[in-house]
Amino acid sequence: MTLYEWLLFLHVFTAFLLVAGLVAYGVVVLSAGGAGARRALGPPALALWNSGGMGVLVFGIWLALDVDGYELWDGWIIAAIVLWLIASAAGGRLARGVREGGAPGGADPARLLLAVMALATLALLFDMIFKPGA
Amino acid sequence: MLAAIRPDDWNLPLIVHVTGAMLLVGALVVAVAVMAGALRRGEDAAVLPGLAFRALLLGVLPAYVVMRAGAEWIASKEGLGDSDLGWIGIGYATADGGLLLAIIATVLAWRVARRSARGPGGAGRAVIVLCALLLIAYAIAIWAMTAKPD
Repeated sequence: MTLYEWLLFLHVFTAFLLVAGLVAYGVVVLSAGGAGARRALGPPALALWNSGGMGVLVFGIWLALDVDGYELWDGWIIAAIVLWLIASAAGGRLARGVREGGAPGGADPARLLLAVMALATLALLFDMIFKPGA
Repeated sequence: MLAAIRPDDWNLPLIVHVTGAMLLVGALVVAVAVMAGALRRGEDAAVLPGLAFRALLLGVLPAYVVMRAGAEWIASKEGLGDSDLGWIGIGYATADGGLLLAIIATVLAWRVARRSARGPGGAGRAVIVLCALLLIAYAIAIWAMTAKPD
């Protein structure tokens, strides 16, 4: 496998980890599983969201540097980094609330944070596939 | 490495395929984690087998349909429907073989959820093993879809 193939595989694989973390947080916030679901899903959700988030950023930037024709200042790459920051900020707040044993500030703010994470991640996926301006 | 830009009309089927695959993997992770939580039999663990069953029935199976429909759509766009390329074969094998394992895991999770007072037992462990096998198979599929071996 070439370096490009390794980087692409790791970038996509860590994106799957990120979405798995998002789905796990979704079940914690939206399901009626209560404390049991929070205890079972909180730690893996945090691990998947954090490792996936770091992975997509690191391998994504490495890919942009490796591939001729992509530059870090391309509009679609800057948009991806901004969306990553938005998702990470919301994810950090939600993770803190789940770790402390409840939804941060009650159920509605947790749902709002989850919605921000989900919309930013979906927008990231569209941005990565459609590459507007590339 | 030069940037490879795919035709614009491949993007929508690709996003359907990838979104379905990502939700499929996410729902499998949830099923494994909550069934493992049920096996530990901690406080409030009684609801967890039911949650694992719902993750499989309402998460994994619908996401599978989206992933598989997206796969057929993008394969037809790329003219790869009858291809004997290695990476296409790995994709079809993991998808079609995986459906059988997912259905068995769903039925087992339903049985565990029905008798949750007795704990998950061997059927619960079987659900975890089947879902873990699926996750390994899908990791191989992700490698095949990105590295595209001949």
